[in-house]
Amino acid sequence: MSRLNIQLPGLDLKNPIMPASGCFGFGREYAQLYDLSKLGAIMIKATTVETRPGNPTPRVAETAAGMLNAIGLQNPGIEKVMNEELKFLEQYDVPIIANVAGTETEDYVEVAQRISTAPNVKALELNISCPNVKCGGIQFGTDPATARELVKAVKAVSEVPVYVKLSPNVTNIVEIAQAVEAGGADGITMINTLIGMRLDERTGKPVIANGTGGLSGPAVKPVAIRMVYEVYKAVNIPIIGMGGVTEAQDVIDFMSAGASAVAVGTANFVDHFVCPTIIEELPAKLDKLGVEHISEIIGRSHRS
Amino acid sequence: MIRQEKMTVVSQKQIATNIFELTLRGELVQDMTPGQFVHVKVSDSMEPLLRRPISIANIDKDNNEFTMIYRAEGRGTKVLATNREGQLVNVLGPIGNGFPVEAVKEGGTALLVGGGIGVPPLHELSKQLNARGVKTIHVLGFQSEDVCFYEEEFSALGETHYVTVDGSKGTKGFVTNVLESRAPEFDVFYSCGPLPMLKALEGFYPEKEGYLSFEERMGCGIGACFACVCKTTDQVAKDYVKVCSDGPVFPKGTVAL
Repeated sequence: MSRLNIQLPGLDLKNPIMPASGCFGFGREYAQLYDLSKLGAIMIKATTVETRPGNPTPRVAETAAGMLNAIGLQNPGIEKVMNEELKFLEQYDVPIIANVAGTETEDYVEVAQRISTAPNVKALELNISCPNVKCGGIQFGTDPATARELVKAVKAVSEVPVYVKLSPNVTNIVEIAQAVEAGGADGITMINTLIGMRLDERTGKPVIANGTGGLSGPAVKPVAIRMVYEVYKAVNIPIIGMGGVTEAQDVIDFMSAGASAVAVGTANFVDHFVCPTIIEELPAKLDKLGVEHISEIIGRSHRS
Repeated sequence: MIRQEKMTVVSQKQIATNIFELTLRGELVQDMTPGQFVHVKVSDSMEPLLRRPISIANIDKDNNEFTMIYRAEGRGTKVLATNREGQLVNVLGPIGNGFPVEAVKEGGTALLVGGGIGVPPLHELSKQLNARGVKTIHVLGFQSEDVCFYEEEFSALGETHYVTVDGSKGTKGFVTNVLESRAPEFDVFYSCGPLPMLKALEGFYPEKEGYLSFEERMGCGIGACFACVCKTTDQVAKDYVKVCSDGPVFPKGTVAL
């Protein structure tokens, strides 16, 4: 599998495939299905200081080639994530990217400081783009100055490299990307979900209890590819791309646009074995492209 | 153990208005228990995208076959209804914790109360209870006669009462109307159906042991996405449970109704 290894700040990836945060829990459920050590990395579910109960149900709704979700960052809190979930994941040979969320800067700083000391956490993913919580999350990700300052504050305490997850729900994503780079971010992960809504056919009211939800799945891939393409040109830090990845070709597309690695989200719900399947299929894809190592295709869409 | 398998369609029959009975063959049947469900990918394309959770109505381990009964109403189930003998269906399962058949001793009586598309899992449950020497009483509620199914199958297993909202079959009204008027003697109750029905049953039999099967919109179906969580009551140590992996069957009093 040496054709697939990728080196990123803090991350020595066997392959560039990882489940996206929020789509894989803390790995326990998928560990019943296959060996998690096959994965390049695991982006675990967003972790906050306190236990979060999440939003009322229904929390998901299907849309054309996609789904809406409004889970609301439900998680057991930093204490349990450290002592139980990350401990559980130690049995697997896979780096963990811890998704850090909060309501205020202090929350992010506290979670980042503590979780970055876990032996298997090799990088943080700063969640400044969750569209489904009233306080925190996206408010940090839509204003460049606020985003930059938050990254600075987290970088000051984190013991591992910090990646920042960008929201597509902005007018100019390049501006935000440059701001987090200026704040000291080691990398960018993108994109989070697009804010959307589905109405009930009978009542005309929103299907999701929260009203709006985050749109994901194949439907968002063209948006994600465009944004990765634009951000790649504008920053000098690596990008982990995501948004509608369901098969090996999608990985090739994201890396061609400029991603150095790729996360798989909603597709894990549709085909629970999609990550190991993509990893198995990638070498044949490289053969077809006449490429020896997968890193050769990163950003090829920009080459003249 | 949860497995993913391309299962072969043995038969597909329409058994009531928009109600289909689909029998599939494959290895994962060997792990099934009553009350569990399967997560079905209805199409090989991206439309519709998500899997559909469907309950298990009949398990035949000798022939590696199981039956699911579903209502073809939405986009996904309508596609599923087009499958014909010999075709392959992508099934993940069996999933979740089913009904505890051992809760009733041999010679005891179980009350099985179902509503609409919550009725199918009670069929396999009743079969297994009968096999253990348990007497079963079935009270099954539907909207109207045209969507009723499995009358012969349930009647062969024990006393069966049908209830319809419009009165076109059996007693008019809700299952609770039958329970009020007949007051059956039993040891344990099992139920699957709409939330108001489950809530009414809990209120009806506060002193009885009971097991309720829940339904909630799901994402992953295996407990990773936190879409199908339910709040618990004060008597349960956890704040929430997941319908897919902690349930779908919970002891009475677990989920806050």
